Amino acid sequence: MLALLQDYTIQTVAMGAALLGLISGVLGSFAVLRKQSLLGDTISHAALPGVCLGFIVAGARDLGSILVGALATGALAALLMLLLTRKSRLKTDAGLGVALSVFFAIGIVLLTYIQGTNNASQGGLNSFLFGQAAAILRSDLWVMGGITAAAVTLVAVFWKEFKLVSFDPVFAASIGLPVVALEVTLTVMVALAVVVGLEMVGVVLMAAMIIAPAVAARQWSHRLESMVLLAAAIGMACGVFGAVLSAVSRGFATGPLIILSVSAVVLVSLLVAPGRGLAWEAARRWDDRRRLQGQQVLTTLYRLAARHRDPRYPSEQGTVDTYYGVGTQAALAKLERRGLVKPVPHAPEATRHWELTPAGIGEAERILGGLGRSEA
Amino acid sequence: MLADFFNNAPLMIMLTGALVGIAATLVGTFLVLRGNSMLSDAISHSIVFGIVIVWLITGQQSGPVQIIGAALTGLLTVFLTELLVSTKRVKQDAAIGLVFPVLFSIGVLLLNVYARDVHIDQHTVLLGEIGFVWLDTVDIGAYRVPESLLSMGAMTLVNLAFVVLFYKELKLATFDAALAKALGFAPAILFYALLMLTSATAVAAFDAVGAVLFIAFVIVPPSAAYLLTDRLWLMLVLGGTISIASSVAGYYLAVAWNVSIGGMMAVMTGAFLMLAFLFGPRYGLAAQELRRRGQARANECRTVAVHLYNHEDRPNQSEENDAAALKDHLHWSDAKAREVLVRCIDQGLVIRQGDLLRLTSAGRAAARAILEPWRRGEPAGGEVRP
Repeated sequence: MLALLQDYTIQTVAMGAALLGLISGVLGSFAVLRKQSLLGDTISHAALPGVCLGFIVAGARDLGSILVGALATGALAALLMLLLTRKSRLKTDAGLGVALSVFFAIGIVLLTYIQGTNNASQGGLNSFLFGQAAAILRSDLWVMGGITAAAVTLVAVFWKEFKLVSFDPVFAASIGLPVVALEVTLTVMVALAVVVGLEMVGVVLMAAMIIAPAVAARQWSHRLESMVLLAAAIGMACGVFGAVLSAVSRGFATGPLIILSVSAVVLVSLLVAPGRGLAWEAARRWDDRRRLQGQQVLTTLYRLAARHRDPRYPSEQGTVDTYYGVGTQAALAKLERRGLVKPVPHAPEATRHWELTPAGIGEAERILGGLGRSEA
Repeated sequence: MLADFFNNAPLMIMLTGALVGIAATLVGTFLVLRGNSMLSDAISHSIVFGIVIVWLITGQQSGPVQIIGAALTGLLTVFLTELLVSTKRVKQDAAIGLVFPVLFSIGVLLLNVYARDVHIDQHTVLLGEIGFVWLDTVDIGAYRVPESLLSMGAMTLVNLAFVVLFYKELKLATFDAALAKALGFAPAILFYALLMLTSATAVAAFDAVGAVLFIAFVIVPPSAAYLLTDRLWLMLVLGGTISIASSVAGYYLAVAWNVSIGGMMAVMTGAFLMLAFLFGPRYGLAAQELRRRGQARANECRTVAVHLYNHEDRPNQSEENDAAALKDHLHWSDAKAREVLVRCIDQGLVIRQGDLLRLTSAGRAAARAILEPWRRGEPAGGEVRP
């Protein structure tokens, strides 16, 4: 393991993945909270033409110009989507889909154009589709680090404003904040995260990298501060894990591995996170159902007793079963353990009979009283 | 003669492209109208998973088994998405963005493991190459028919039959799902059938255009048509027409520039959408701008009419109701005042009497319509008095 960590390539890959996790966790949190999850999908697909343009302009696989190109077309696609939805009758989903598919198609056209010109170094471009962590150079890290630092600084400086715009844009406008400018900034900044992820997970899977850490973090926290920090941490951890796995295995595409690890974290978070976890909710509901059934059986016995004007009326278990259409043995046993009912013999019948204890009568009256129909 | 037809490679390519577009438009129209078009994005990515699984099980790379497998994968995608949404922990868009990357990732990794030297690699899975459709042919009678053309033709017919048979139901379920449900139709089942057809079409279109470009054919032509018309049937027809035009134009441009044919066809759908967005007869930007300007001009004339009406037959009429006063009292520039005045006279709202401007009865009616709308219908007063 230590030897692994000293490997130069793996160090590079791990650092790149950590940067990606950091920036996509932070910016993704805002995107998910602002219900713009799929914008990351559109922007990342739309980065492809920019990658190709950067390549064409620089004439080689120069990361700087490729990233600038990706940033430009990604942001352009986001603006096109805003334009289409604001100025025409198209809805958000169609705007996103149009921007995504048309920009990607332009990217494919440019990609084949580059292949047609037969440039020797074009082989590196395909890695932008699915990501190839091993292709990352140490010098690339400076670029990625610079973008991440810029984005994180921006978020830190405008923290208050971004927070307000995300949760209550109307109030933000009423106290004089430049809401449109802030929203456009947040939207365009998603393109920054996409750009950092291009080499690592590729354009197709960046969508999940924006969404997944934020969704997972949301499960564990109720405050934006902790959510953003947690999303960054989850993104970094999963990014490093997937990237190192890919680098070690050689031949497995990096993007899918990172996405699968972060999705696994999402699944676990959805299930077991305290408070919002589905497992806890299921357990709670199961428990409620059992308790409710116990209450129903108890009040049924009470009503039978009341109808027969005999507080110690022995109800036959089979009768109660028939009322519910299911066996009530478990519920009755539980009530017996709580000392609310007790089994009584009722000669000459051999079947089981139950009568209420005084405590049971009190409990049943309390339940029915709570329903406002104690006279039953 | 038919043999010539099927041996004509450019024609085969354009025809396949047009069929992809038409089949996709038929289902895409309803997805766009329902606001669910991003589901096609999810489906087209996740069927990569379905294709790989079916291929691993049956060894078939295309054909009916693959199409059925894709339909099931599409259902799985939508089912998983709705499952996530139903937990109420995740919004629908986020759920879409979580589900398809997972399925897509598994598909790509399985390809990494098992398919190192098979012809479905990541690249074709994603991009497809419509330029090669005439390479894979099957013999029907004496003719060699491209396989893609056959499968796309079949899918187009199936989609067309679905839309024609359930036109009424689809229309109702799309525009008023609650009423459809109340009337005893099953909008949910119809919707799932639509998504199954979308997935099946996606896999049939796979060899030709790949996963991502397919999204363009599903979303863009219907969106463009939506900007042009309010009628459902016309939207379907226009979407199909745009698909055909994109296919033809895309082919020739791609050949001219030596680039991806499928990519260029998808770009052309985008070009048509921009045209519709800018120059659509009713919802286009240009039309909106013209309408806005027309209204602004009409308002200027009304302003003049109201001004004249207010001072009509008053003692200060001679100083208020002349051309120079328009400039001072309405704060208009010289040029603008003159332009508006000319327009008012052209439209017969105002006539000149020496320096004095007088309202015609039409002009008086226009002013009254604004100032005294309750008197609408009453005679607007006599002709201009000398």
